[in-house]
Amino acid sequence: MDQTTLNIIVVGLSFALYFGIAILARAGSTAEFYAAGRGVNPVINGMATAADWMSAASFISMAGLIAFVGYNNSTFLMGWTGGYVLMAMLLAPYLRKFGKYTVPEFVGDRFYSNTARVVAVVALIVMSVTYVIGQMAGAGVAFSRFLEVDNTTGLLIASAVVFVYAVLGGMKGITYTQVAQYCVLIVAYTIPAIFISLQLTGQFLPQIGLFSEHAASGQYLLVTLDGLLTDLGFTAYTTGSSPWLMALFTLSLMIGTAGLPHVIIRFFTVPRVADARWSAGWALVFIALLYLTAPAVGAMARLNIMTTMWPQGVQGEAVAVEDLPDWFETWRVTGLLGVEDKNGDGKIQYYNDKSEAMTALAAERGWAGNELVTFNRDILVLANPEIAGLPGWVIALIAAGGIAAALSTAAGLLLAISSAISHDLIKSTINPGISEKGELLAARISMSVAIVVATYLGLNPPGFAAQVVALAFGLAAASLFPTLMMGIFSKRINSAGATAGMLAGLISTTLYLFLYLGWFFIPGTNMLTPDQYLFGIPPTHFGPIGALLNFGAAYLVSSMTAEPPQEIQDLVESVRIPRGAGAATGH
Amino acid sequence: MTKGGHALSDQDSANAYWKANLRLITWSLVVWALASFGFGILLRPLISGIAFGGTDLGFWFAQQGSIIVFLILIFNYAWRMNKLDAEHGVEE
Repeated sequence: MDQTTLNIIVVGLSFALYFGIAILARAGSTAEFYAAGRGVNPVINGMATAADWMSAASFISMAGLIAFVGYNNSTFLMGWTGGYVLMAMLLAPYLRKFGKYTVPEFVGDRFYSNTARVVAVVALIVMSVTYVIGQMAGAGVAFSRFLEVDNTTGLLIASAVVFVYAVLGGMKGITYTQVAQYCVLIVAYTIPAIFISLQLTGQFLPQIGLFSEHAASGQYLLVTLDGLLTDLGFTAYTTGSSPWLMALFTLSLMIGTAGLPHVIIRFFTVPRVADARWSAGWALVFIALLYLTAPAVGAMARLNIMTTMWPQGVQGEAVAVEDLPDWFETWRVTGLLGVEDKNGDGKIQYYNDKSEAMTALAAERGWAGNELVTFNRDILVLANPEIAGLPGWVIALIAAGGIAAALSTAAGLLLAISSAISHDLIKSTINPGISEKGELLAARISMSVAIVVATYLGLNPPGFAAQVVALAFGLAAASLFPTLMMGIFSKRINSAGATAGMLAGLISTTLYLFLYLGWFFIPGTNMLTPDQYLFGIPPTHFGPIGALLNFGAAYLVSSMTAEPPQEIQDLVESVRIPRGAGAATGH
Repeated sequence: MTKGGHALSDQDSANAYWKANLRLITWSLVVWALASFGFGILLRPLISGIAFGGTDLGFWFAQQGSIIVFLILIFNYAWRMNKLDAEHGVEE
């Protein structure tokens, strides 16, 4: 059986599983559609949250991001996990106690203002739609690469699958498919990592292997890696630069993570406030299983590449073209990996030709520039099973895992979008008299429209997909997180203050991104250049500054206007204590 | 502190509960920041003398230690708060 057939069988089986769950977990009421009837076990919810949160970027790209930069990209590891500490202590338990269905609903009720609610809906839709484009595109790429269909067909299959279980099951269907998707993606990620760790260090756990002795060189793995890299003119793996910018970027990712509505609403599905607290811990346990493996995968894959290119060490000869491993050829045809024998010696020299320190050595040894001309960082995870020489079914599992990561996040985002439309715009703002049945139908229609829009945008991705993710995190950090936190921790912030704060955060962040990256990210329309960064802060790091402006504006405007009415202050008192959350279960 | 005499002890208990929560959050966030921004990034040079698995302790904190600390913090918070709920009679 060839690899493509095997991939189709494994991916097909995973889809059959998702459809089975969708049929068993149909939503019969709005409570089930929006919050899975609030009956989800905290451990199960933790697992679903992990799948909801870990996107194609976490699964496919993160290990590569770390591998090719080293220590400095630890920011992703700390930033994308540290946000859960903020969410667990500052948001999740209180919002669960509030006991409603959406994030804008809390903003609207706590700040007794439909304007505030609509601003929150706009922020939610902008950040979730930008995020979902990346997921749909990611699913399309995974399909086309492993199942040998073209990108468009791949994307349409992905949308159809999401359509079936998200429209039918709402939050209830999404929750249990996310659990299945988590299992698929974590098994797919860990198996190759364990084998690579065993091969390189003899350690079963990659997390320990990363800090262990490299069997072939008899030195610590990281010492060997640092040595090879610096000998070839690259920066050492374990050294860093610009610590303050690293800290700011980490903080930006943390606050952004805590403010993502599709993750926050997952905590509305557990029965009690105490469960929401435990569930945040379990979510991080399941996320950490991947996030603690990723740095090991990164370092080990980087070392594998170095020793593949320099089989006799840096002092010896480079790898000969005919000795390149098979996986090189597999990935060369995709265009993601490319070699070019510039000096025509039949060998492939891989080194940093931009390093001035290498000029003399290159001249002396007859090198004419780096000959590993293309190496897409996403290959690392996808090619891991081939690099480790693992059987075909593991490669098929990676295909299913990548698709599971993209679909689970897309479904969560689509639910956040559709519930904001059907519940906050239709039910709360436009047609308060809508019946339960009518709202459920509206929710299903909103979901369908959201999927169609996401599919369209996935097929015609705006050329700025990478920057757009920065926009989603920046907006989450600058708009929703501060407003939600103030709504819980301050009784004094009133509707004018919260609205002013959200607008200050939204506008300043968007403006900062547009000024440096171009209006609506259109290339060439940027009005300022990187050397004009305010205090040297790049646009991707702006989230915490936007959040600070939000806090400041909210405080200032609130202190100049009347304090919130007594019933709002009572509402704040009530979200602070768990008692009574169960009563919201059946509503 | 409270307006009107009724349910004075309830109000006091609720205030004490919220103060205890804020104290726990503050300490947790100090540790949160110390493990990540501190040992993982800004204070890394200070602890660079401590060797760890082929590199220094700061690298470990940045790639693994901080995540483990986050996990301990969240479970500790859940456990202490659920106990605090019962002590102040606000549990479900």
